[in-house]
Amino acid sequence: MSIILDKDSKILVQGFTGSQGTFHSKQCIDYGTQIVAGVTPGRGGQTHLDRPVFNTVHDAVRNTGAFVSMILVPAPFAADSIMEAVDGGCSVVICITEGIPVLDMAKVKRYIQQVERSGREITLIGPNCPGVITPGQCKLGIMPAFIHKPGRIGVVSRSGTLTYEAVDQLTKRGLGQSTVVGIGGDPINGSSHADILAKFEADDETDAIVMIGEIGGSGEEEAARFFKEKMTKPVFGFIAGKAAPEGRRMGHAGAIVEGGAGTHASKIKAMKEAGITVVDNLSGIGEAVAKSFKTLAA
Amino acid sequence: MKFLEHEGKEILKARGIAVPPAGGVITKPAQLAAAMKRAGKAPWVIKAQVLAGGRGKAGGIKLAKTPKEAKELAGKMIGMDLITHQTHGQAIKVKEVFIEGGVKIEREMYFSVVMDRKNAGPTIIASSQGGMEIETLAEEHPEQIIRMPVDPNVGLRDFAARRLAFQLDIPATHTAEFVKTTKALVKMFIDLDCSMLEINPLILTPKGVAALDCKMTTDDSAAYRHPELAKYKDHEASALEKEAMAADISYVGLDGTIGCMVNGAGLAMGTMDTIALAGGSPANFLDVGGGANEERVSKALNIILKDKKVKAILINIFGGIVKCDMIAAGVIAALKKIKLKVPLVVRLQGTNVEAGRELLKKSGIAIIVADELWDAAQKAVAAAKGN
Repeated sequence: MSIILDKDSKILVQGFTGSQGTFHSKQCIDYGTQIVAGVTPGRGGQTHLDRPVFNTVHDAVRNTGAFVSMILVPAPFAADSIMEAVDGGCSVVICITEGIPVLDMAKVKRYIQQVERSGREITLIGPNCPGVITPGQCKLGIMPAFIHKPGRIGVVSRSGTLTYEAVDQLTKRGLGQSTVVGIGGDPINGSSHADILAKFEADDETDAIVMIGEIGGSGEEEAARFFKEKMTKPVFGFIAGKAAPEGRRMGHAGAIVEGGAGTHASKIKAMKEAGITVVDNLSGIGEAVAKSFKTLAA
Repeated sequence: MKFLEHEGKEILKARGIAVPPAGGVITKPAQLAAAMKRAGKAPWVIKAQVLAGGRGKAGGIKLAKTPKEAKELAGKMIGMDLITHQTHGQAIKVKEVFIEGGVKIEREMYFSVVMDRKNAGPTIIASSQGGMEIETLAEEHPEQIIRMPVDPNVGLRDFAARRLAFQLDIPATHTAEFVKTTKALVKMFIDLDCSMLEINPLILTPKGVAALDCKMTTDDSAAYRHPELAKYKDHEASALEKEAMAADISYVGLDGTIGCMVNGAGLAMGTMDTIALAGGSPANFLDVGGGANEERVSKALNIILKDKKVKAILINIFGGIVKCDMIAAGVIAALKKIKLKVPLVVRLQGTNVEAGRELLKKSGIAIIVADELWDAAQKAVAAAKGN
């Protein structure tokens, strides 16, 4: 069944008619993703990429039955778009946009918590992420489709191109992916590593998981704890940023070691102690998974 | 962006939070007398304006009781090399010092607001132990640290500020002033999109509550909505980093010898790590970004080559949205204008990889080609060592 998205997921795109929205929506549609509507305020009633455009998420959901939203809206408006998607009835929101102010995300988190208290379950992926792909079924994001292949390895990562690197290594060794999830590189984001590990653990079509983290925050440490307490499937972990100095932000707003917290060493230690297979060499991720599967099969 | 103490205090004062009388910032001893006059009566405090904490212990904060003493101390401090526990063994040259009037301190406390990732929102950290570094405090007196999450939609409510006052044992005479000050600090944190606002120490004076120091960091992603902060300069970024920023390139200078150009922040960090694992050291972090075009690639290569420490360059591109042939064209365009004096290793993968490799081959530029990252890193390390 894969996680988060499959071939039957009905999707709307916020920021559909912009240049980014158009380019990436078209690639998703070509892949077979069921994008059924677009939302651009003021362009309701028009048609774009053969799909109806609505003024509001509310209208799009009522008219098309979409329950997933992909957000490709510029950063100053993206946090509001996430809340509009949730308010409009979407239960899965994937926000690609990079550079959303952290305070806006703090407000979004509170908003989602409030909605969840009323009994709804919301999955927010991102922001500042490549999106989600269930190879062969549904691509919702900006990742290059051709490097992926359907299979039974789950991938979860904070970084875009680092994910492509890992996926490419897996595919070249014949290891396909069940679902690949980019959770994003911001300090406050929707789903955490642990949230996605939980989904993979419950998924019948995932046998093992590759988890790619980076310096900053404590998401990987929390994921390690979750692995130890709740998981039966093997996890392979890689953490980027060993060579990064403290106190300097490495591109991603979330990739910074502050006051000695969120270091590479503490993440590796937590993962090793929990029993996660730690891969030290970025180029060796595919090999490590392949080797272990050979052992399992023998 | 990080703000210097005197800049932070200027903002505090404008927002009604009490600070000691400011005499201004000076860069030459000749400016001292005027600054002291502005700060008022003796004593005066002379404070090195650098972005690192722990200045006091390192000799970057001095109290002067007489004009003669002030002259001596300021003269020594301007131009001194400051090494604090936060400078990682490196010295920071003190270019400017801030002159302040002394204030009577009845009690010192620690107060900060940080953007707490775990809580997904602002959190107040406070302690009755003021003046100490929070790292030390967390280690030695964890029980004396108060943490209080704040709703970013509301700020600090009166009752919460009052609770904080009782927890910190603020005398009844100062409670009202404490509530007003802490509410204003939290409001400032939210209004200005801070990621950190640290007042250490926050003090009780005979008259009220005041901020004796200020460390402030704002969220770069929110800079677009703060024209009022546009006048403050970035003191942390080097000249090359500023040049990169203007070209939308994410660049951080490091100490090593291998210059890297990568697309994506995670892969750029991963590339640095791979270089280190192969026995080399990266000269920089550089992410050309998802929307990179030929021009930006060219600019990035230029910036890397301006760093004189660079002995070899590694370009690692995993083409997604960014196409490998476009990267190749950018590299070729840049090398038409500048002569390459160091070895260049290029590893391309992903979208249009064949076309990209073909372009590089045809260009006739001496390029060391690698298919996989590990291979590329080893070749770059060998090249930097002159092998």
